[in-house]
Amino acid sequence: MVEHRPLNDIIAYAILTFGVFIVAFPVYLALVASTHDAATVVGGHMPATPGGQTLDNYYRAVFVGGARTSREPVANMLINSFVSAIGIAVGKIFISILSAYAVVYFRFPFRKTAFWIIFITLMLPVEVRIYPTYKVVADLKMLDPYAGLILPLIASATGTLLFRQFFMTVPDELLEASRIDGAGPFRFFFDTLLPLSVTTIAALFVIQFIYGWNQYLWPLLITTKDSMQTIVIGIKKMLVTTDELAEWQLAMATAVLAMLPPVAVVIFMQRLFVRGLVQTEK
Amino acid sequence: MEKSTVFNNRLLPYLLLLPQLVITVVFFYWPASQAIWQSFLREDAFGLRSEFVGLENYQALFAQPEYYAAILTTVVFSTLVAALSLSIALLFATQADKNLKAGAGYKTLLIWPYAVAPAVAGVLWFFMFQPSLGMLARPLRGAGIDWNPLLNGNHALILVVMASVWKQISYNFLFFLAGLQAIPRSVLEAGAIDGARPLRRFWTITFPLLSPTTFFLLVVNIVYVFFDTFGIIDAVTGGGPAGATTTMVYKVYADGRLGGDLGGSAAQSVILMVIVIALTAVQFRYVERKVQY
Repeated sequence: MVEHRPLNDIIAYAILTFGVFIVAFPVYLALVASTHDAATVVGGHMPATPGGQTLDNYYRAVFVGGARTSREPVANMLINSFVSAIGIAVGKIFISILSAYAVVYFRFPFRKTAFWIIFITLMLPVEVRIYPTYKVVADLKMLDPYAGLILPLIASATGTLLFRQFFMTVPDELLEASRIDGAGPFRFFFDTLLPLSVTTIAALFVIQFIYGWNQYLWPLLITTKDSMQTIVIGIKKMLVTTDELAEWQLAMATAVLAMLPPVAVVIFMQRLFVRGLVQTEK
Repeated sequence: MEKSTVFNNRLLPYLLLLPQLVITVVFFYWPASQAIWQSFLREDAFGLRSEFVGLENYQALFAQPEYYAAILTTVVFSTLVAALSLSIALLFATQADKNLKAGAGYKTLLIWPYAVAPAVAGVLWFFMFQPSLGMLARPLRGAGIDWNPLLNGNHALILVVMASVWKQISYNFLFFLAGLQAIPRSVLEAGAIDGARPLRRFWTITFPLLSPTTFFLLVVNIVYVFFDTFGIIDAVTGGGPAGATTTMVYKVYADGRLGGDLGGSAAQSVILMVIVIALTAVQFRYVERKVQY
């Protein structure tokens, strides 16, 4: 900074610490609630420090499930969330890297048209066309299986644009050199382009994993069986009974488990996350 | 920008495009066109027959006081969330931009809520402010405020706004920080040499130079409030009490639920599509000009 004054730093630290406090407080309360028994939480006089029911609550949430509402164990929901989030991330990367390769490295009739057909999907999130999409999926008999959960959410252009942007920065000399070596489109893709794209792929994976994990409206509509619920849907279903009867300690344990994987991804892969976020938004 | 060297295969590019095109057509274009078509149809009560009714669904929609209420809620909601989350995030970002020793640590501690699902954020905030068991609802009631987001529409809206702002701060913080770090130090130093105090430097130098980021974030935030807050609203209030937190997107969902008013729901979808396309167009026009300040 231009001038350096200690008071300035103290103010900055104070404001940032306050920010971290605001950001962390709701999650801290959830953590605390997940360590107390039901009566303490519902009674409205929950202490601000953890209780002794941690193992019991998490064990019940993960392996047994709630007693009153959805009886689905969270372990099952976690599997569903992992499968759909990874499916969405991998699926999107797969279809978009191929189409970006076609658009950038080939010349063919309707190339621009194909690009625009894909590009327009940027504008309309799934929320806008929710019931017609539901009907299509139902007609294709894909309600409940993972395909119905995954495929409609990968129909978007973000990945394609990201790879296109990256491919444009790859020097032309690389392709020329490969062609002199006699490489065709497959060898160039696998030997040259794919290794160069590893960081871009990883960044996109991180963003899409979080996006897929946190989906709410679509899984809510598309899963009719409790056994296909994702964890984000599961929490809400634990709370559909009246508030006094809801097992808040289990719901909060589930909420903590639902936050853990995506938050861990952001914290431990921060570089990739920031890169992916900034690039997909451009 | 085009590549000068390319492959000449005829069939291969189409094969490469095929997976994405098939998925886009089946799960995007087909449903989107169905939504448009359906907005001109009316189904009978059993969903067996439907007839073409022209613009009647739209007329019925604009004759509904509830629709205007949803528009108003959406406007109030997006204005509040965008204004609050942008200004709070800007405050944090300007502090984190000062060369602090622990700057990187604070950045990590402030960005992780991005990864929390909107619906989970909603549950967390509801838990704190649930009238009978919420840790923060008790002090409010103790202070003589009849706090009850389950019955009072304004309280419900405040709660949904708080949860949405909480969730969005990290995103805005990240982009503001990147924007601030891209401002050349020399410009700020020049301002300092001319005798401008830090606050004045912020408003006359930093803030104008940050305007592309701010504008970009404004559009992103409005889109966020429109769509991504669905999970928060559904988890906290379910659109209630008495429709007080029903936004336009929530109404699309609520009206079409269980095969209710599909035509009306589709008409609302079409209106939303137009709004989003307009927003995106504004964003792109601006992005093209963003080099000049």
